[in-house]
Amino acid sequence: MAAAKAYDAVIIGGGHNGLVNAAYLARAGKRVLVLEKRHIVGGATVTEEVFPGFKFSVLSYVVSLLRPEIIRELDLPKHGLEILPLESTVTPMPNGDYLGRWADHDLTRRELYRHSPRDAEAYDDFGTLMYHLAYAVKPIMGMVPPDPTSLRPRDLRSLLRLGKHFRGLEPAHFYALYKLMTMSSADYLDEWFECEPLKATMSASGIIGTFLGPRSPGTAYVLLHHYMGEIDGVFRAWGFAKGGTGAVAEAIAAAARRLGAEIRTEATVSQVIVKHGRAVGVALEDGEEISARVVVSGLDPKLTFLKLVEPGELPADFLGAIRRYKIRGSSGKVNLALGELPSLTCLPGNGPHLRGAISISPSVEYLERAYDDAKYGEFSRHPYMDIIIPSMIDPGMAPPGKHVMSIFVQYAPFELNGGWNDQKREAFGDAVVNTLAQFAPNIKNAILHRQVVTPWDMQEEYSLTEGNIFHGELSLHQLFFLRPAPKWTDYRTPVTNLYQCGSGTHPGGGISGASGRLAALEILRDG
Amino acid sequence: MLRGTPFHTRTAPLCQAQNWRRWAGYVVASSYELTHEHEYHAIRSAAALIDVSPLYKYLIRGSDAERFINHVVTRDVSKCAVHQVMYGPWCDEAGKVIDDGTLQRLGEDSFRLTSGEPNLRWLQDIAVGLRVSIEDDSDATAALALQGPTSRDILKDICDADLDQLKFFRLTFGRITDIPVTITRTGYTGDLGYEIWVETAQAIRLWDALLDAGRPHGITPTGILALDISRIEAGLLLIGVDYIPTHRALIESRKSSPFELGLGWAVRLEKDGFVGRSALMDEWRRGPAWVVKGLEVDWGSLERNHAVVGLPPQLPATAWRTSVPVYAGKKQIGYATSGCWSPTLKKYIALAHLRSAHAERETQLEMEITVEHQRKRALARVTDLPFFDPDRKRD
Repeated sequence: MAAAKAYDAVIIGGGHNGLVNAAYLARAGKRVLVLEKRHIVGGATVTEEVFPGFKFSVLSYVVSLLRPEIIRELDLPKHGLEILPLESTVTPMPNGDYLGRWADHDLTRRELYRHSPRDAEAYDDFGTLMYHLAYAVKPIMGMVPPDPTSLRPRDLRSLLRLGKHFRGLEPAHFYALYKLMTMSSADYLDEWFECEPLKATMSASGIIGTFLGPRSPGTAYVLLHHYMGEIDGVFRAWGFAKGGTGAVAEAIAAAARRLGAEIRTEATVSQVIVKHGRAVGVALEDGEEISARVVVSGLDPKLTFLKLVEPGELPADFLGAIRRYKIRGSSGKVNLALGELPSLTCLPGNGPHLRGAISISPSVEYLERAYDDAKYGEFSRHPYMDIIIPSMIDPGMAPPGKHVMSIFVQYAPFELNGGWNDQKREAFGDAVVNTLAQFAPNIKNAILHRQVVTPWDMQEEYSLTEGNIFHGELSLHQLFFLRPAPKWTDYRTPVTNLYQCGSGTHPGGGISGASGRLAALEILRDG
Repeated sequence: MLRGTPFHTRTAPLCQAQNWRRWAGYVVASSYELTHEHEYHAIRSAAALIDVSPLYKYLIRGSDAERFINHVVTRDVSKCAVHQVMYGPWCDEAGKVIDDGTLQRLGEDSFRLTSGEPNLRWLQDIAVGLRVSIEDDSDATAALALQGPTSRDILKDICDADLDQLKFFRLTFGRITDIPVTITRTGYTGDLGYEIWVETAQAIRLWDALLDAGRPHGITPTGILALDISRIEAGLLLIGVDYIPTHRALIESRKSSPFELGLGWAVRLEKDGFVGRSALMDEWRRGPAWVVKGLEVDWGSLERNHAVVGLPPQLPATAWRTSVPVYAGKKQIGYATSGCWSPTLKKYIALAHLRSAHAERETQLEMEITVEHQRKRALARVTDLPFFDPDRKRD
């Protein structure tokens, strides 16, 4: 054994959750080592200079749910975290008009009124309801999921607490929550609004990262997540990280190092070493073995349990649950280096709208048709796109006068008919640029460089199984006490001293860091 | 950009103070002159011209219009004569106030409702199945308030309507010079005054006509700062300041019923079903937990509190709109929501939500004041509203 020194914990994967986990363990005085396969930390939370002078938030591109307690407890602003506001969302319409939602309430109201006087009023009432519901489910986001079938005192206490909490809910809010849990986002929003681009753009937040369409039941629940950030009392804890999304990982890594954690890059773990049912360390691809009292995996459940652990070490029912775990990738990224700003047909030239999001979601039908393509194994010919221009907010992202554009694209199925290859990747990139050109005709001539990231690339380069950005779909059957598998939702695993801390555990999804933090607290409970 | 009102091209050059504020998505002048005092005194001793166009206005028409509105508001609209105006609140099913405003009966089957918040969706949803149309008239109709003792004289000089016959809370149609207008004898100042409703396209001409005719009568373009003082003196509530509309209240305790706002007189429980009736009936039986009343802060107490640091009483220069604790003994029993020094009454006055047990007229309470960075309590006496109610308002 080459283990010169023993660690209290070795963390597999230097994504944001792995780093958060390491920081919290180090903060408690543990000797911690993070092992990252790539040359930089961050995982999907990464900024890379793909084209000289242009910095791309290659994958994840906005910060919406980073837990305020993590920002506070790790003192992230001191370590370089700076969140800049993304203030608006503009949805260009096929008829040359647009729907804008702005930072200012009066302006948004007037704009919505222009499209639908009723929706202008409904929008405020909807916001109030979402505020209430987000407040109601907030405790869930911060708790270790109890096992509802267990009689352990700890589970019972948690369930009791939850029961009491929900009994305190106003009846109207309880019914609304039930509807959100069961309905499709399109149907739910139909109950509120009549303006098509408004419904479509709002419903899009219910489908991001899932292999579902806006008319698929269960998508309404995800709408709620968009309102979570607003109730945590941290003014504008959502937005764009200065320096790109990678700056979030860099800040967490800096905090972790300051607390004493070691971080090694270009260190690929090939196996979790298990002896007598206990994890005792990891083996690297180059043969090095590192022993540790505790092994924590920040990878997704499929990679962790189907690749790194010998099948014989895991119970068959657990393995079955992990095999059945849905992790279908459904989205891609296109990142552009631009010589000039896009000029939208609906809002030509530069303007405040380019500092916010541009959503290509003209109607619910448009989104559902985009999903139809994906259902049958094709990428969407006219995809949903969520576009931001980070260099408009942070000029350091591109050379002076030039710009970077981040385009989140859905749908791009991992299981593409005939499989992904270079040709298909470029065809996908073309579909995205062609669609965008319908709303911003100058875009093609503005492109200096194009980076297309397919679900296949996400799996191969960024270790996201099937290219799923959330380490497993955020649908109700895979949330809370079912994430990633029944009975194993408290960050522990069937292997003693092997823990999981990635987005494949509760609450999962987005750059929240909650999984990393909750896992660390559980590890520390075990001593 | 925020919108200017239909009068903006006239009000903007007059606004020496460059002191603007938002009102329902528009910019309006806080004061035109560098201080608002002259504008305030115009309300009480001459005539103030106030741009109130940002009010939300709804035209409600149809053979079921009366039936519909009677179902929405707490007052009895069947008692509202043609060309009468009624003020009142409307509630949700729980009997909590959604908004308040004036209802103008323009004709047998035609009404205009004004409000502080948008209400189109609420009204439309209730109107389902009735022969009634609801039209958002907010942008199409501009409004000016002409308030003060000389306001009638000004109008009589340029208006063909019989203003001597126009009683308090009545309306008439007429022409100002040649501009067709609706004139209501209403206002937000508690003084003699009128509100003039005009098609937006004619707004500028109306402004010019009034200002010309008003000059010999001391007409003064007046901003919101002066209006705010006069409406507190008149005991008139401001939505979003003195109460939170139920649709915007995040928690139950922020909502208020009409009884709690001192608007019990406007609730007609004896009329047939209207929104919130059964909840209001229950509340009426057990009595409201809160009530909005006036507070008069005791001058001697103000003097004593300031004398400790060697100062005479320091008075607020403008009306304040913050929540200020009110105590009975050691216990907080309420909160004031707006207050000001009344230049007319020479009293420091405030509007306050008080627990009913402490809301009896003449009850001695204490209101928090800040004296040189220190929190103190000044004696305050509970009074009925309005504080100021001159005979000329109704005469």
